[in-house]
Amino acid sequence: MKNKILPFSVIIIFGIIFFIFYKGLEDSKIYSPDVNIKKEIPVFNSKEFFSGENVKSSSIFELDKFYLLNIWSSWCVPCRQEHPFLMNLNLDNEINIIGMNYKDNLKNAENFLKELGNPYKEIFIDLDGTIAIEWGAYGVPESFLIYDNEIIKKYIGPLNQELVNEINLLIK
Amino acid sequence: MKILRFFLIVIIFYTSNALKADELDKRNNITKNLRCLVCQGQSIYDSDSEFANSLKILVDRKIDEGLTDAEIYEYFKNKYGEWILYDPKLNKNTYILWFMPLLIFLLGGAIIFKKLKKKHN
Repeated sequence: MKNKILPFSVIIIFGIIFFIFYKGLEDSKIYSPDVNIKKEIPVFNSKEFFSGENVKSSSIFELDKFYLLNIWSSWCVPCRQEHPFLMNLNLDNEINIIGMNYKDNLKNAENFLKELGNPYKEIFIDLDGTIAIEWGAYGVPESFLIYDNEIIKKYIGPLNQELVNEINLLIK
Repeated sequence: MKILRFFLIVIIFYTSNALKADELDKRNNITKNLRCLVCQGQSIYDSDSEFANSLKILVDRKIDEGLTDAEIYEYFKNKYGEWILYDPKLNKNTYILWFMPLLIFLLGGAIIFKKLKKKHN
């Protein structure tokens, strides 16, 4: 009996280790952030892009309306790619696109909008990137679909036609 | 009176310096325990990415606001989820990780105990 305990426990330990490693194999190694989150939008103070006046988050986002908060920057190449889609999305007029200018040079940002058009109803500035953190953002470009002061969905990376169609479906 | 004032200023100067050093320690400690989500295998402390730099600023701000370490971790956990913390908390996904070493230790101990007992006999 005593002789059996050792091999038995060794087998059990190896069994458990095998089980854990096997489970680990199934897990995705790529970290994928949660995009379907129902979260209240954060409260923040910032400056308006063109006038430089102070703005409060409560004055930008109203209840019972759809908003798309888009984090963009003139130095960000994928933002250039997604810009035409934002311009198209704006044509429907059912959604208000709000811009968050992320760690940008204001002159460059203005030129960016002059060159490619301005789809934003309002733009505020995030000079040090802390407001983006408050939103739980990872970088540029990133978009948040908002309704009733709640984030419905998060789009990390540039928007494309597929995602624009999805947004159009969601806001109907 | 002048000397007294001078000493007061010197004392305040040095104590405030010490306070600042404490804050720096606290900040380094916190940023080392936060994962840079856009980098590979780096903490916020190690990284110089845009994301990490913004996070450092925010950590400083939270320390200035007088939040405790736990509150700051909780704040970032709320924003980005459990993954941002390097130190995994005990939950249903991590309990194996926490109890496995203990289990192996106990089992090994039991085996050694049995063997020693056998020898005695």
